[in-house]
Amino acid sequence: MEWFPNGWVRYAGGGVLIGLGVALLYVSTGRLGGASTFFSAAWSWVSKLAFFQQDALRNSRAWRLVYALGMVLGGVVYVAVGLPVGESHVQLWRFVLGGLLIGFGARLGGGCTSGHGICGVASLSKGSFWMVLVFLCTAIVTALAVQALGVRP
Amino acid sequence: MSKYVQWVATLCSGLLFGLGLAYSSMIRPETVLDFLTLEDMGLLLVLGAAVSVNVLVFQLWPRWRTKPFFGDAFEKRPFVVDRRAVLGSALFGVGWGLCGVCPAPALAGLGAGNGDMWVVLLSIFVGAGVHGVWMTVVDVLRAKD
Repeated sequence: MEWFPNGWVRYAGGGVLIGLGVALLYVSTGRLGGASTFFSAAWSWVSKLAFFQQDALRNSRAWRLVYALGMVLGGVVYVAVGLPVGESHVQLWRFVLGGLLIGFGARLGGGCTSGHGICGVASLSKGSFWMVLVFLCTAIVTALAVQALGVRP
Repeated sequence: MSKYVQWVATLCSGLLFGLGLAYSSMIRPETVLDFLTLEDMGLLLVLGAAVSVNVLVFQLWPRWRTKPFFGDAFEKRPFVVDRRAVLGSALFGVGWGLCGVCPAPALAGLGAGNGDMWVVLLSIFVGAGVHGVWMTVVDVLRAKD
């Protein structure tokens, strides 16, 4: 098996850029920049439910929104400077069902790929390390199962 | 003044993050799915590189400076593993394996022009809403015991 059939330069380079983004947030504001809490914090604008009105969400919603907008802007800049975007044809039902599980699961699990995977692991948090192992395993099993059922891509 | 600089720094942090996701092609669900079906190990490099940078920054920077440039203190991630967290992470993985997108790439992918990401973002938002309702119900049931 070939490990990197598409080369390794863009992966390593992109990973360093992502790391620098998280690092800049940390050294400038002291914050740990996971992405998924934004989706709970955003509910505090529209729902009166006490869960969404807790301080941890209300007090972080503004910077989390700016951080999320920055990520969108990163995609815009990438296209604007003329770098290539590969076509994507994943079925919509997978986005709907996947998205629901991601939103619920990441919040129940205390983080996603950026929160646990980058910030948690880089903080040398044992708990985050275990959570990354758990979601990597279930993701690999799920993706292999979907593929085995003949769903393409 | 430092308030404004904080906003700019936060926006730039997100921008770098999103640019990195796009450059490493993590915004393309197929690339992530290729990793999860064990055909291209690129995602491990992305994660490894991002973690390497921040192991250094998180461990060394607070020894060098006592405060962030435009903030009051360096945050710690409050997290303990319990049954709930394991279940949540397992479900998150199922969702990720199903569609090949996670929250940050959905945002950056939208910026790069993939309109399908609206569907993912809306679904994640609804999922996070269900989580809040779920936690509320659990609390009410606990209080009754």
